[in-house]
Amino acid sequence: MGYVKGLKCRECGREYPVDPIYVCEFCFGPLEVLYDIESIKKVMTRELIESRKQNLWRYKELLPIDNDPTSGLHSGFTPLVRADKLGKHLGMKELYIKDDTVTHPTLSFKDRVVAIALSKAKEFGFDTVACASTGNLAHSVSAHGAAGGFKRFIFIPASLERSKIIASLAYEPNLIAVDGNYDDVNRLCSEVANKYNWAFVNINIRPFYAEGSKTQGYEIVEQLGWKAPDAVVVPCASGSLLTKIWKSFKEMKEIGLIDNLNTRVFSAQATGCSPIVKAIKNNVDVIKPVKPDTIAKSLAIGNPADGYYATRVIKDTGGFGADVSDEEIISAIKLMARTEGIFAETAGGVTLASAMKLLETGHIDRDAVTVLCITGNGLKTKEAIVGHTVEPYHIDPNMKSFEETLKKIRA
Amino acid sequence: MAVKVKIPVPLQRLTQGKEEVEGDAGTIISLINNLDQKYPGLGERVSEGGKLRRFVNIYVNEEDVRFMKNEETEVKDGDEVSIVPAIAGGC
Repeated sequence: MGYVKGLKCRECGREYPVDPIYVCEFCFGPLEVLYDIESIKKVMTRELIESRKQNLWRYKELLPIDNDPTSGLHSGFTPLVRADKLGKHLGMKELYIKDDTVTHPTLSFKDRVVAIALSKAKEFGFDTVACASTGNLAHSVSAHGAAGGFKRFIFIPASLERSKIIASLAYEPNLIAVDGNYDDVNRLCSEVANKYNWAFVNINIRPFYAEGSKTQGYEIVEQLGWKAPDAVVVPCASGSLLTKIWKSFKEMKEIGLIDNLNTRVFSAQATGCSPIVKAIKNNVDVIKPVKPDTIAKSLAIGNPADGYYATRVIKDTGGFGADVSDEEIISAIKLMARTEGIFAETAGGVTLASAMKLLETGHIDRDAVTVLCITGNGLKTKEAIVGHTVEPYHIDPNMKSFEETLKKIRA
Repeated sequence: MAVKVKIPVPLQRLTQGKEEVEGDAGTIISLINNLDQKYPGLGERVSEGGKLRRFVNIYVNEEDVRFMKNEETEVKDGDEVSIVPAIAGGC
């Protein structure tokens, strides 16, 4: 049995039973899972967690399913890499990369949320799963859905990176490419979700789905030796990941898994789609939607559903935000690859480049224990750096040709 | 011809299960206030003090009203208005 008490509106506090619903009927506020924290406190210890398998279900008391998980049994528990070379380059004392480029099975943090969403969809008895996606979610629902024996309807903007489309098609879902941007896809999907009784992971399953993002935060704390970092930099599209990472830290404090919590939370966005960072910089909590124009397509959400909550977390924790150009994104992707051997997708470039700006402006202290949340693998968005990499050396198949080239390389 | 208004599931209880209702031309806020006469309660779900609630998205012919004049955006007969709750996605 799980520890979920029900669902609760984040705005007006009205409570609802556990159902595939996502929005308060009274004020349209988002619904959130409510746990029996007192009971969890009694059972969930560091020792219990450490005794479990290294996947995201080791934190299952704080995840919203009632029975044993059925999806994503190998997802999560990605490396927390101590990034000393990159840190030295940036003049930082203790920098870490939370490396979700290697999440099982589809190489992005979306495997975390989908693990929860599809386990919950199974509990609810759905036979069809669906999503609106900027790419990574499409990939993950396609894969986990195949393994779980679900029918799958995946809606994406038709303009997505070709490699991301092919990555999803490999699992043979029903892939619906919509002529429009992500916000258009979302609006369409909310109408589709109204009509068809499917588990739309980011619509009617959203309260459960979104909880999966917390596992990235739990892991950061556990892997730092049961302490929260001084600063965490999180890429923002809808703003959901940022709010959930903060929630995970708060829950660990509340349960007693950590003693102190003084983390400052920072938002990273691309300048071509930065409604959350703009609100932070202008010190307002009204998020003005934008029409996205950035190579960081996984972050190209102009109308961020959790933007308001993200700005509140940033303000409450003394964090800030930065936004970066396409050129800065590309050069940060290359810097991370060159220094740490980690090839991140465009969102990872956004995170590192934003962190560099926040260092320059003094918002992040160079002595602070800092974690960068790197959410997806660079192999998914190779197009972004085509023409910006070094070139291979072409030679004839003989020693003479090789040694002539070697001379040039060494010169 | 009137303005077509698409009603999301969480509000369909107020419209006797109807997915689509008809409203009058004018500003978005007057449209909502008029609908509230016919479907009591709808107005306060979607708006508060003459402003749209934070988590309500309204589209006129597929365009977000926040790219136009928010609740003061004018709609005319034949336009299609969608009321959509905010949706998560991406990071």
